[in-house]
Amino acid sequence: MTIWRRVACAVLLLVVGVSLAANWVAPAGYAKEYRDAPDAAPSRAHWLGTDDIGRDRFARVLYGTRISLLLAPAAALLSTLMAALIGGLAGYLGGAWAKSAMAVTDLFLSLPWLFLLITVRALMPLNVSPLVSVLVTFLILGLLGWTSAARVLCSTAGSVRDSDFVRQARASGIRGMRLFWIHVLPNLKPVLYAQFWISIPAFILSEANLGILGLGVAEPMPSWGSLLRELEGMVSVGDEPWKFVPLVLLILVVTSFQLVLSKQEEVAA
Amino acid sequence: MLGRRIARHGLMIIAVVLLGGLLSAVLVRFAPGFDVDEAQLDPHLNSQSIESLRQARVAENNILHFYFHSLQRAMHGDLGTSLSLGQPVTTLLRQRLPLTLRMIGFALLLSWSSALALALTAAWLRFFAYDAAATLVTGTLLCLPAAVLALLSVLWNVPGALAIALIVAPHDYRYARNLLAKAYSLPHIITARAKGLGELRILFWHVLPVAGPQLLAVAGVSVSLAIGAAIPVEALCGLAGVGQLAWQAALARDLPLLMNITILVTLVTLLANSGADVIGHMLRGQEA
Repeated sequence: MTIWRRVACAVLLLVVGVSLAANWVAPAGYAKEYRDAPDAAPSRAHWLGTDDIGRDRFARVLYGTRISLLLAPAAALLSTLMAALIGGLAGYLGGAWAKSAMAVTDLFLSLPWLFLLITVRALMPLNVSPLVSVLVTFLILGLLGWTSAARVLCSTAGSVRDSDFVRQARASGIRGMRLFWIHVLPNLKPVLYAQFWISIPAFILSEANLGILGLGVAEPMPSWGSLLRELEGMVSVGDEPWKFVPLVLLILVVTSFQLVLSKQEEVAA
Repeated sequence: MLGRRIARHGLMIIAVVLLGGLLSAVLVRFAPGFDVDEAQLDPHLNSQSIESLRQARVAENNILHFYFHSLQRAMHGDLGTSLSLGQPVTTLLRQRLPLTLRMIGFALLLSWSSALALALTAAWLRFFAYDAAATLVTGTLLCLPAAVLALLSVLWNVPGALAIALIVAPHDYRYARNLLAKAYSLPHIITARAKGLGELRILFWHVLPVAGPQLLAVAGVSVSLAIGAAIPVEALCGLAGVGQLAWQAALARDLPLLMNITILVTLVTLLANSGADVIGHMLRGQEA
């Protein structure tokens, strides 16, 4: 493990740990409004100040980090599983199956990612409870994010299918789904692992984009996207630099995720 | 061979548009609220008028009928009417498209030239500090959500096209740098360098013929990236283009408008990718 990878792991563990301890670190919660101190500067009571309706920004950053960091991996897991099933099976079956699956994949891939996201998000009701909005946002990311991974998995599964040991297994009578589950799928693990890690930062950034555009997690629930919306009202960067804390945290976490993925796994992806 | 390739791309584009249209029609048809028409709530209408409005909707309940009807109208240039803006979609697109195309065109020019210049310099110099600095800058830009770059561009009064270029260029740079580094490490290019051939001659005679088709493919992909980046940039910078229109349609759940924009964007993306592929094929053919 390289030094940079260790540092990245440490940063991720620290951020996840602190965000999981949000209930103890900021017991007042993310929605409590301090009406006597709206838009306050950082102080002992509010380490990162308060937002325009008096909610503690530090608490919101902690809870927002928790939401983004727990649900982005969940969405990545969903999309990786879908990619494994669709891409892996298509590659394993080959022929018309692979061609049809890849045609559907190409159809999805020909759409710019953000366009696809906002289109599908708009199909869902926008006026939903905050909890539902969180689930809908990350579910959409998970359900739509499988395409590029499926393409990679289809070609990998195709080469595994044509490998000697699979031919030998087939010759000794193992066929159908049993061959897929026992011999093909385990050999896709490195690619699946890499795709999972690649998807997490991509989903974090996508959620942030949706949140800033007002199509992500609904108020008062915080997420990095909704926290970054605060930058919209800023007049100059130097005036309230503490508002950039969520952005710095986001860059740190996304960079760490990218560093965690080693060179070999990147090649496998 | 080339003709067959162009025909294949043409067929694929038609298939994708038809399939995309069907998918859009299905999504619009089954989206919550499709059966409801605000006009039915008008207190001035009598029961007969409301019933006739309902009957008009009944015909659209059949998905295939709805699809073919939409397709037929689209063939005559009628893409329907925006639910939120109350204007024909064709008019809205005609008004907004020039700004977006101009902005994306300028952004792509900027991003391709800067990415290629940076990547070429990195490949020529082979200097660790330069490579590390370029990787750090592009890496940081890649870690920023496109919408944050759009917000920062508003804050620093940067033109929208430059913001899109900053979103696209890091991707282009990463691919171009890897492709050029790979090309420069080919044995015949190392030999040419060792024999003292000029850098420009090596670039145009040996490197670009090898890396050119792949660089063109990257250029094709970056069109899709630029179109995607146009949404946050236009929405947050207040630019009245197609990206802003898509965002407004999404917020207002104006599905017919959103679907038409999505199909248009898909078409542009496919055309760009097919164009890049065909030109790349021509270059490979010339080299062979």
